[in-house]
Amino acid sequence: MELFLHQTMSGLATGAIYACIALAVVMIYQAIDHFNFAQGEMAMFSTFVAWQMMAWGLPFWLAFVFCVALSFAGGLAIERIVFGPIHNAPVLSHVIVFIALFSIFNSVAGFIWDFTIKPFPSPFPAEMPTGFTLISAHEAGMIGVTLLMLGLIYLFFRFTKVGLAMRAAAANPESARLVGVSVAWMLALGWGLAAAIGAVAGMLIAPIVYLEPNMMLGILLYGFAGAVVGGLTSPHGAVVGGFLMGVVENLAGTFVIGSELKLTFALVVIVAVLLFKPAGMFGRVVVKRV
Amino acid sequence: MVAEADRLPLAAAGSPNPRDRLAIAGIRLPVWRGIWFGLGLAAALALPFAVQSFTVFQMTQALIYAIAILGLNLLTGFNGQFSLGHSAFYAIGAYTAAILMNNWEVPYYWTLIPAGLICLVAGFLFGLPALRLEGLYLALATFALATATPQLLKYSHFEAFTGGVQGLDVFKPDSPVAWLSNDQWYYFFTLGVLLVLFLCAWNLVRGRTGRAIIAIRDNPIAARAMGINTALYKSLTFGVSALYTGIAGALGAIVVEFVAPDSFTFILAVTFLVGGVVGGVTSIPGAIFGGFFVLLIPNLSEWVAGMTGRTDAKGLSWAVYGLFLILAVYIMPSGAAGFVRWLTAKLAR
Repeated sequence: MELFLHQTMSGLATGAIYACIALAVVMIYQAIDHFNFAQGEMAMFSTFVAWQMMAWGLPFWLAFVFCVALSFAGGLAIERIVFGPIHNAPVLSHVIVFIALFSIFNSVAGFIWDFTIKPFPSPFPAEMPTGFTLISAHEAGMIGVTLLMLGLIYLFFRFTKVGLAMRAAAANPESARLVGVSVAWMLALGWGLAAAIGAVAGMLIAPIVYLEPNMMLGILLYGFAGAVVGGLTSPHGAVVGGFLMGVVENLAGTFVIGSELKLTFALVVIVAVLLFKPAGMFGRVVVKRV
Repeated sequence: MVAEADRLPLAAAGSPNPRDRLAIAGIRLPVWRGIWFGLGLAAALALPFAVQSFTVFQMTQALIYAIAILGLNLLTGFNGQFSLGHSAFYAIGAYTAAILMNNWEVPYYWTLIPAGLICLVAGFLFGLPALRLEGLYLALATFALATATPQLLKYSHFEAFTGGVQGLDVFKPDSPVAWLSNDQWYYFFTLGVLLVLFLCAWNLVRGRTGRAIIAIRDNPIAARAMGINTALYKSLTFGVSALYTGIAGALGAIVVEFVAPDSFTFILAVTFLVGGVVGGVTSIPGAIFGGFFVLLIPNLSEWVAGMTGRTDAKGLSWAVYGLFLILAVYIMPSGAAGFVRWLTAKLAR
């Protein structure tokens, strides 16, 4: 029972990261109808930037804020510079550009900071102050930061004018354009937000998985799985899906299949969900008129 | 999924294609096609005698990639289904060949048929659940398949068969012809397989079945209304596509004389997709261009990265590769085949 509770808790903690990545994936999917395969690598790159700033002597939270701001600007720039000119190209061309970004980020990170594994500091205390042993302070902090970020995003989309404009641009670009929303800039903003969310996820998971250019691939897969489980059209569904994936992965890894087949497990979950409930738990069923 | 201009015209069988009456420099288009085919074949036959044996080895590999890419093109370009998981079928083909040769001492040329058939079945079975998935959902499911493949191959309970992490050794066949080196012999063997498979694909796409496959891509509802069994055709296309990739896998295992789980990662599936898109997904000869592109461009990138003069420049080569990819998409949004089509349309009168 002790083991079960412990595994559930640490599952929730990794789930928080999957939730962040799933959320970033869903944000971009909502904005442009594509999956960003480079999402994980962008997050990894942001984390390296934060590491570099800390190596130059900045305190954690200052580096955190700078890094999120830089990632936001970076995501915005990528959309404007790389994707702007090929906006009307076939989907497959977009996929190729995602792949190109993936290999560029991975390779440049390895080139600048090399492929050795680096420790990444945690901003949270090493010991739980209350003597509560089921969950480490870092894991609790991770869950807290994720939930806080979600709250902020919810408020942003629900109560600000820009948030409304972004939703409009995603839901119906033509009508949005008619009422004066710049759809192109909303797309870019969506990319910026997704990059910033990814950066937060990267900085939170790095103390656990350690920092190296290939740290994100497995996490990205679970993020995708979380997004699919929750429903690709639903940001809060993605978050629930992410947490769920974390818990289920940990419990299945401990009690059922062992750690050898963890990725295969993600495959089985994705295929099973897509087969029986293609819209996910919270997604709405999109009906297309023909 | 595929650009409007990139679609093949669905001409009725038997009626002459009006484009065939067009001409460039006084020579009609079908004749041009014949000339290019003849030149290409002559070059393919002559080159192995003019270059070093390592280059022959590389050309063999490019041809093998071309077969795998053709399989992917049949699925993505002609049937409109995404796959990021073809590395899995390539792996199945490669392991089938390796296990048959190692455990039962089957001669290498007999391994291609079981490899293809096993992949046909595997592809058909994976295609069944994939019926419910479209576009990106399918890409995602196949992406997961690609990521899981190396893990399954390493799984300890299969180790007796797959050799676990260490993989299996394969022996390259000796040349039966005295005046051909082993590399040259295997190159011609691969070229022969490639020609047969390309001819089959050519006929498949141009026949009744091919029109059904293309109709499903262009408008699934209309296709169903015309009496096409979309479910069966989609799964079958998945199977045939896997068959091509599986045969390529078997050929690939023999040419590199080795199979190991980590050669069949997600990166390999991406390589096929890149080759397909850069060559043009709705094109059969485009697959050959794609095969050479994915083989040569990484080497070229390494060379470009090496020009920076730094000792650790090798790490940078994948970044250069990424830039090449973006450049290719900018210059040829619908692949080399689309580019050629555009050029023909400009020049033809």
